[in-house]
Amino acid sequence: MSLLLALPIALPLVAAALTLLVRGSRWAQRAISLTTCVAVMVLAVFLLLAADAQGAVVSQVGGWPAPFGITLIADRFGAIMLLISTIMIVTVLVYALGQLDDEREFNLHFHPVYLVLSAGVSASFLTGDLFNLFVAFEVMLIASYVLITLGANRGQVRSGMTYVVINLLASTMFVAAVALIYAATGTVNMAQLALRIAELPEGLRLALGYLLLVVFGVKAGIFPLFFWLPDSYPTAPAPITALFAGLLTKVGVYTLIRTQTLMFPHDGGPSIVILVIAGLTMLVGVLGAIAQNDIKRILSFHIVSQIGYMIFGLGLFSLAGLAAAVYYIVHHIVVKTSLFLIGGLVETGTGTGALRRLGGVARQAPVLGLLFLTAAFSLAGLPPFSGFVAKLALVQEGLNLQHGGIVAVSLLVSLLTLFSMTKIWGGAFWGTPEQPVAGRVDDRRTTKLAMNPLMLGSTVALVGLSVVISIAATPLYQLSERAAETLVERDPYIEAVLGPTEVVQQ
Amino acid sequence: MSLSLAFVVAVLFAVGTYLLLQRTLTRVIFGVAIMGHGANLLLQLAGGRAGEPPLVGDDGAARIVGQDGGGGFVDPLPQALALTAIVIAFGLTAYLLAMAYRSWVLTNSDEVEDDVEDRRIARSQARDTAPEEAR
Repeated sequence: MSLLLALPIALPLVAAALTLLVRGSRWAQRAISLTTCVAVMVLAVFLLLAADAQGAVVSQVGGWPAPFGITLIADRFGAIMLLISTIMIVTVLVYALGQLDDEREFNLHFHPVYLVLSAGVSASFLTGDLFNLFVAFEVMLIASYVLITLGANRGQVRSGMTYVVINLLASTMFVAAVALIYAATGTVNMAQLALRIAELPEGLRLALGYLLLVVFGVKAGIFPLFFWLPDSYPTAPAPITALFAGLLTKVGVYTLIRTQTLMFPHDGGPSIVILVIAGLTMLVGVLGAIAQNDIKRILSFHIVSQIGYMIFGLGLFSLAGLAAAVYYIVHHIVVKTSLFLIGGLVETGTGTGALRRLGGVARQAPVLGLLFLTAAFSLAGLPPFSGFVAKLALVQEGLNLQHGGIVAVSLLVSLLTLFSMTKIWGGAFWGTPEQPVAGRVDDRRTTKLAMNPLMLGSTVALVGLSVVISIAATPLYQLSERAAETLVERDPYIEAVLGPTEVVQQ
Repeated sequence: MSLSLAFVVAVLFAVGTYLLLQRTLTRVIFGVAIMGHGANLLLQLAGGRAGEPPLVGDDGAARIVGQDGGGGFVDPLPQALALTAIVIAFGLTAYLLAMAYRSWVLTNSDEVEDDVEDRRIARSQARDTAPEEAR
């Protein structure tokens, strides 16, 4: 069982070293990283099955007992996140193999860094220790710094600089928060923190809780800490942006939900502060998206607005609210990644992502139009797509707890989301380009968009997965409910780490 | 808790914040580095009172600060945490310097650049609203 928890972190790191050793051979590199990512995905399936059966799977690395050693833990929420993220990592890798086929230099450094990123993401979901969470974040972020600036051109260096500095600032605050929490409680083990923070005075608890909210808020991109996100994501190559959009901010949301529910549980019903932040995040994100004129930039602003929905679920601090948030995250990761992959296909096919230079893609590549519509409708929350189920659950629970204001905002934002999606549809898929790309003569009736089969295949698979999520909504939502149960109850998590005796003592 | 150390932490965070707000990349990097030092020092402060090095004596007995007349271990964990944080900060500072150098090679200036697309959208909106105000 302990191997099952350690391998998703260790395997990609070993493979990253191997891909560096065989950097002479492209095929060896590809084979190693693809095998590793698929292997980790299979491990994640087993981990989810085990976690769902037992509530939480725990391993103490090195055999040191709980509060002193390094704890790895996968409860239902963590295991769900691990599985969905590894699925994304595999699909985006296949897409990247198609797109980066010709760029040899790029390929050379891509695989090791990509594998390190995958190890960092796994570690963030599996750690049961606040300081190791910091280390896992850093591993993931260092890899992301390299990936976002891999081309080293002017735009990437400019936006990469913002991205690195803002994340470093958040990490510094994270270290400061760990120091303050350690000074107050004398531990960094999250299960033990859950017990000890409850004994702190109210004011101190609130201050520590909001400090962590700011730290993870920067990483998750909530209002008003999101400004770095739409600026830095669009400059990277499509598969990298897609992975960042789907995964990295959601790791922030995961830690936000984990720390707020486990360490700073909100007993008195919904948290107004978090709900207000959620509403503003939704609204500002979608208004930003409407102002943009580039596919990737519109989609990047949408990430921000969608984060608002997940925080909305967290802010309700109820079983159904958290279950809806878990389901929303799963749906969002798949749909957002596939939208960026579709945007990447349009860009590589036509040479631009600017809406005024695009037009008539629906005729040149009907299959892309179909894929985009499916994903866009799902993002906006139209029935019967997966976004509808997620939003319905949120709205229902919001009304149950009598928070009509936030529900109204979320419905308005859905409408605006649909509006900005039609902006992409009208600009890129219909009509003719206002300012065609220089040197391109397109007859929109006869030209067919060239598409790499690997890129198209992985995109189709992802959009298919989003349809599966909506078809299999019942079992998936039940799983999310069970995950939310462990989040709300807390005791199973704490007992799994510290053992039953400790809980009785406290 | 040492008051002078707490004061040093405050100064480091203040200087770091000031430098981060500058437009020059080198100053921003210095700011990040100095703030990192502040955070690491805060970790040391979190370890509590100073004591002897955390080594087990010849008799194999572990001594805690406050017991045995006050001459015990200092808490070793924050030192281990700070060491990890220092290594990470070191690597990232090197990476930031490399990026700042790359930026200087590409643009011949050491300043943080504007987001071109963002400026363009802001300008086009200013243009849209300007005639209404003139009327």
